[in-house]
Amino acid sequence: MNQYVMKIDKSSQYLMAVLLIIPMIMLVIGVYGGLMQTLFRAGIVQSDPFMGPDYYKGLTMHGVLNAIVFTTFFAVAFGNAVIPYALKMAMNMTWAWVSGILMLFGSLMAGIMIYIGEATVLYTFYPPMKAHPLFYIGLTLLVVGSWIGFFNWIPMYLRWRKENPGRKIPLSVVGIFVTFIVWLIATSAVAFEILFMLLPWSMGLVDEINVMLARTLFWFFGHPLVYFWLLPAYVMYYSYMSELAGGKLYSDGAGRLVFYLFIIFSIPVGTHHQYMDPSIGAEWKLLHGFFTFAVTLPSLITAFTLAASLEYAGRKRGGKGLFGWMFKLPYFEKDRWLFSYLITGLIIFIFGGISGIVNASYQMNTAVHNTAWVPGHFHLTVAGPVLLAFMGMSLYLLGKYLNKEVKMKGLSLSVPYIWMIGVFIFSWGMMRGGLIGMPRRTNTGPTYANPDSVLFQPEWISYIDISVVGGVIMTLSILIYAVVFFATVFSKKREGEPELTFPVSEAYHNEEVSWLRNFKPWIIVAIILIVIAYTPVILDVLGSTYGGSPRFDPNNPIPY
Amino acid sequence: MDKSEKFALGLSGLLLITFFVAILYASVAKNIQVPTCITDVEPFTTDTLFQVGEDEYELHMIARMWAFQPSTVTLPAGSTLHMYVTSQDIIHGFKIENKNVNLMAVPNSINYMSVTFDEPGEYFFACHEFCGAAHHAMAGRIHITEDDEVEATGGDL
Repeated sequence: MNQYVMKIDKSSQYLMAVLLIIPMIMLVIGVYGGLMQTLFRAGIVQSDPFMGPDYYKGLTMHGVLNAIVFTTFFAVAFGNAVIPYALKMAMNMTWAWVSGILMLFGSLMAGIMIYIGEATVLYTFYPPMKAHPLFYIGLTLLVVGSWIGFFNWIPMYLRWRKENPGRKIPLSVVGIFVTFIVWLIATSAVAFEILFMLLPWSMGLVDEINVMLARTLFWFFGHPLVYFWLLPAYVMYYSYMSELAGGKLYSDGAGRLVFYLFIIFSIPVGTHHQYMDPSIGAEWKLLHGFFTFAVTLPSLITAFTLAASLEYAGRKRGGKGLFGWMFKLPYFEKDRWLFSYLITGLIIFIFGGISGIVNASYQMNTAVHNTAWVPGHFHLTVAGPVLLAFMGMSLYLLGKYLNKEVKMKGLSLSVPYIWMIGVFIFSWGMMRGGLIGMPRRTNTGPTYANPDSVLFQPEWISYIDISVVGGVIMTLSILIYAVVFFATVFSKKREGEPELTFPVSEAYHNEEVSWLRNFKPWIIVAIILIVIAYTPVILDVLGSTYGGSPRFDPNNPIPY
Repeated sequence: MDKSEKFALGLSGLLLITFFVAILYASVAKNIQVPTCITDVEPFTTDTLFQVGEDEYELHMIARMWAFQPSTVTLPAGSTLHMYVTSQDIIHGFKIENKNVNLMAVPNSINYMSVTFDEPGEYFFACHEFCGAAHHAMAGRIHITEDDEVEATGGDL
């Protein structure tokens, strides 16, 4: 299939370089933090040469840089490439730069606050543990920057609709817009939490904060956040993976339905992170649990559609029999290296999805909530399909925008497989330890993993050690990736002008579905569901909490 | 939508409905609950343990930086413990090992779960929400003794 080729101008080129390279440096710093955390927890190290002896400072850095900064930058960078390409339209570069600079400025601000020890509050920043106001302002700027990136695409979309009456919006555009519609609705709650609660309280303008309300607003944002991570990966799976595999997308309509379902079910689910919280009625927790199961449906449809697409490709490449097609896919082809980043992510996501359903299952959450099971689970999602798709696409875009040949393709091919092995080992250790009560977010090194401590828990040790093995392998994979990435950055330019193409997949079933053409009805349903799901929760919280909380430093039990 | 798609969609729907019915069954028939909104308990600032019936005890527990009060509880086997938990400073939480008890301790809010200990032994719990510098040293134990003549006590480690 002949793909459209888009010329890349200088300004887009520089912006893309900034949006890809700087978060990649942050990712590597964050991964280093992750490695150190496994070593801290096993008691192998007591201090980090760069971050100091405070495990939780490093953990905050790891969470914020990897889960918030890297992902947000990538989503905007990816949109900045997909939208102009798919709509065949130039983007307003002034606003694109404003968006990028705000994100950069905000991330640096938050990162510096963490580094100097003024924001050791983890990436959930639950009050009444207080961070420096500049940490909250930094996060706000990051989010506002990403909003501006999104707003910059809306006039392009509207113009395209006007100029192309009756034509289907490209699937990748639907995916990116759904990503950012979910993001916009979700971040509005955390923006409220930061601007009207945390910021004035941290600056000393008000003395007390309602902890449960802040926590509930955080999770209003916190769960859709995971779909904000996942959806750009879904865009790649739906729009590009089948073409990379040498086949077709099984159903275009299924892809659209999946994206639209994410608009309505992504948000009214946040309370499933608060099943073990006080001040929220169990019946409303159950309702959020029900909606969480509903949001599983688009992922199950995706599992079928992508498997069917891959089967089509495998059979076309000569696969015979019921499962023969599985062995014909281009797992190790240098020219299709991007495919390996996508397929490994999908394999990891099978286990991420299953463990996620466990978490969502209401009373079953009692067995796993806040145990090491949870980081075990989400390293199979955000550090599985999300991370691998983002790394693969970052490298792809880097080559296109900087007009460079991707270096060491063979080495690059090994990255997702090594990662997959590492993350499976790591997550198995964490999840298994979690099931016997090992807590998450806990530096077990000095106490629970220390034979000299009265708190020593001998049964936990083997699982803690297994997570070290996994962590080392994961770090190795990222190091190889960093070598490939920066070798590409510093390599010589190709001849000619930079051009962008995407391996856009054709659809096998491509019928027109009239009710899958417009975002508006889905957004309206989403808002109705949010009101139904969150009104009683907020009323419970306001009605059953008493008083407010003063500011606490994480190192001091006395408030100030 | 072709036949195989409809089949897959139907199967997915059925799977999710089965899971959800299982949850409802556990909730209604087996009475396995998650914490709910508590409004009928007076806020408390000191920890207490008292007997409320034969083999039934009520515990008011305070979580604080960086200890549970009480951090050791001794009860005879067969006891049912009604646990009310709050925090005096920031957010804490714990899960009791081998038991379906998992609670967040949030300031200005009261959390509740009840649990029955039939098997004698030691039940360990560790704070599982990051609560500052010494979070990893915040833990406690529930001792369940075989001797049902033993007096129920709550104290510090």
